[in-house]
Amino acid sequence: MSCEINARGLSAVELGQRLEAAEGSVTVTECLGQRFVGAGMDGRRIRIEGIPGNALGAYLNGAALEVCGNAQDAVGDTMNDGEIVIHGNVGDTAGYAMRGGKIYVEGSAGYRAGVHMKEYAGKLPVMVIGGRAGSFLGEYQAGGILVVLGLSGRGPIAGNFPCTGMHGGRVFLRCRPEELLFPQQVTARLAGLEDLEAVRPYIKEFCGHFGKDLEEVLDAPFTLVTPDSRNPYRQMYVAN
Amino acid sequence: MGQWDIYPEFEVVRNEARCTRCMGCIAQCANGVHSYDEKRQALLCDDAKCVDCHRCVAMCPTRALKIVKSDCALRENGNWDGDTIKEVFKQAQSGGVLLSSMGNPKRYPVYWDKLLLNASQVTNPSIDPLREPMETRVFLGKKPERPQRGADGKFTCELPPQLELSMPMLFSAMSYGSISYNAHEALARAAEELGIYYNTGEGGLHEDFYAYGENTIVQVASGRFGVHEGYLNAGAAIEIKMGQGAKPGIGGHLPGTKVGADISRTRMIPEGSDAISPAPHHDIYSIEDLRQLVYSLKQATHHKKPVIVKVAAVHNIAAIASGIARSGADIIAIDGFRGGTGAAPTRIRDSVGIPIELALAAVDQRLRDEGIRNEVGLIAGGSIRSSADVAKAIALGADAVYLGTAALLALGCHLCRTCQTGTCNWGIATQRSELVARLDPKEGARRLCNLLTAWNHELMEMLGGMGINSIEALRGNRLMLRGIGLTAGELEILGVAHAGA
Ligand code: SF4
Ligand code: SF4
Ligand code: SF4
Repeated sequence: MSCEINARGLSAVELGQRLEAAEGSVTVTECLGQRFVGAGMDGRRIRIEGIPGNALGAYLNGAALEVCGNAQDAVGDTMNDGEIVIHGNVGDTAGYAMRGGKIYVEGSAGYRAGVHMKEYAGKLPVMVIGGRAGSFLGEYQAGGILVVLGLSGRGPIAGNFPCTGMHGGRVFLRCRPEELLFPQQVTARLAGLEDLEAVRPYIKEFCGHFGKDLEEVLDAPFTLVTPDSRNPYRQMYVAN
Repeated sequence: MGQWDIYPEFEVVRNEARCTRCMGCIAQCANGVHSYDEKRQALLCDDAKCVDCHRCVAMCPTRALKIVKSDCALRENGNWDGDTIKEVFKQAQSGGVLLSSMGNPKRYPVYWDKLLLNASQVTNPSIDPLREPMETRVFLGKKPERPQRGADGKFTCELPPQLELSMPMLFSAMSYGSISYNAHEALARAAEELGIYYNTGEGGLHEDFYAYGENTIVQVASGRFGVHEGYLNAGAAIEIKMGQGAKPGIGGHLPGTKVGADISRTRMIPEGSDAISPAPHHDIYSIEDLRQLVYSLKQATHHKKPVIVKVAAVHNIAAIASGIARSGADIIAIDGFRGGTGAAPTRIRDSVGIPIELALAAVDQRLRDEGIRNEVGLIAGGSIRSSADVAKAIALGADAVYLGTAALLALGCHLCRTCQTGTCNWGIATQRSELVARLDPKEGARRLCNLLTAWNHELMEMLGGMGINSIEALRGNRLMLRGIGLTAGELEILGVAHAGA
């Protein structure tokens, strides 16, 4: 079953109610900045034509969202499960504190992508950014996999201060380690074949979504960033 | 003692004449103060490890133990008191950031103690709560400015979502992790029985406690621990934690050593991994951003739950609260600088923020001046110690108060202020199962119910004395307050006259 919702003139709340009531897969047409599309939703497929507003797929709980265009800030905030595919760029704090599910961005991401991503038990959040990422990429990362491919856009593959406060998870950057400046508490090294095997399925999915050639994408040096400790601040305090 | 050791703050005194050598104290003290020396056949104690929590004192069957403050004196003076000197010693030795727990212990003015309540006589008779009805029920949430009528001329009674409390008190946010499973269970049980709410704090909601959902406020903080769709919909309200009175501007940090299997499941993070709540929410840089989080939470919960925004009392709190009231939040919770914590850097706890009394008065006045007081409910917290404090808070403008430290005291806490060590002998601020087992949740709930029921009764008596028969009529009624020993500036901020006037 599938249906279409024309979002023209609908408020975020109205659009939310219509989506809530709809069953099966839904196409939202003429989306123009409505926030919270898909917030907390599970088990359905939503295709969005136009530009959704902030917090697309916040607390997403299993639904699959696809945006035929750009998305704004806070995509997949605190996402638990599901998939978000963006055929364009995303704004700041994409994947903030996401705990599960996958986000695929064809273009670039703004500041603070993947801040405080975390993994837990069987849940492994993954975000693949096809273009470049802004500053503070993966800040406080506590788990999950962040991949930045640098296939489009200009300048360094990630902005300043990547992986600050990182204490879990992995970041893969399609560049050489010396191209970026990392903080002290992480290790950045050239990814080996085995490391890359672990992300290959996600990059493959990325290529599937956006029509890229997997081997071509993989035929470049990758940097793997991992934290040195799961307890970065342990030594800092004295009881008083 | 060694060259750089600090003489113990407390001394454990054992009355040998009373001691039966039952060895109970050895088992009771998780700090390892008491021990038995087989060779010398003597009970020993290492005073240096004692935190004055009174557990062994309370449990000694013959009342043979007491703890006294050591009289081994440093050469203190008006500028360098003993604590300040010792803090320098500790940092010189370790190079660490000083870490403390519980509320600000410094001798800043406690304005509750400088405010006096009114009683009515002659023209407006007082009311006896034992004989006459007295309303202590409170609804927290947005109130419409005026009655609304539908097209048919009839009243429409649809209200934005509200929290209904049988008395103007709630248990404040304390996470599972900072306090124990049994402490949480006691709070949840008591909240249910009393018809009020307890608050998960930022540590998620244990699967066993979903049953208490109707009496639960679920918190969303910057680390988003345990936050998922089911959690958000499990509670009666959602609280966004922007700040905490004990550590404004600072995030949270639960050390990995406290993240065992159960906490890992509840917070949804791996065992042994530090749970770090960053200082800011990384997606909030403005009131507009806050509004986005408020509404994303409302959207994910079908606009059925009130959203609380909790902030620490700091400078400019009135302007901050005004912004929050416009962000779409239903309730603002303000936490004063004497509010408790499981762990906070000492310097932050003791020097950042302002007293709740001043913050509350300033906020209530500002919201009234701007005509938006009805847009939000107001909860005040940060060391409410008695029903008199509750009454004064309501008269200064609060709808209800958050109780944290007082609730823990009811559960057995003796304010030893070493929660950060994780060896709470009372089974509260600990995750060690043998210590947690010391706190019986049912007994704890009974004591919490006792405390709040007693306070509520006292509140009714004070209301009756003022000739008022509902909390509504006391809220923001500063004519019922007078200041004592306060400067003109303080009186102006509090919006009260001096006693005698
Ligand atoms: S608990 Fe009391 S009686 Fe028992 S050994 Fe300790 S001091 Fe003696
Ligand atoms: S720390 Fe507590 S239990 Fe241990 S000796 Fe001191 S007062 Fe007794
Ligand atoms: S909760 Fe426990 S450790 Fe914390 S102050 Fe109270 S008795 Fe001490």
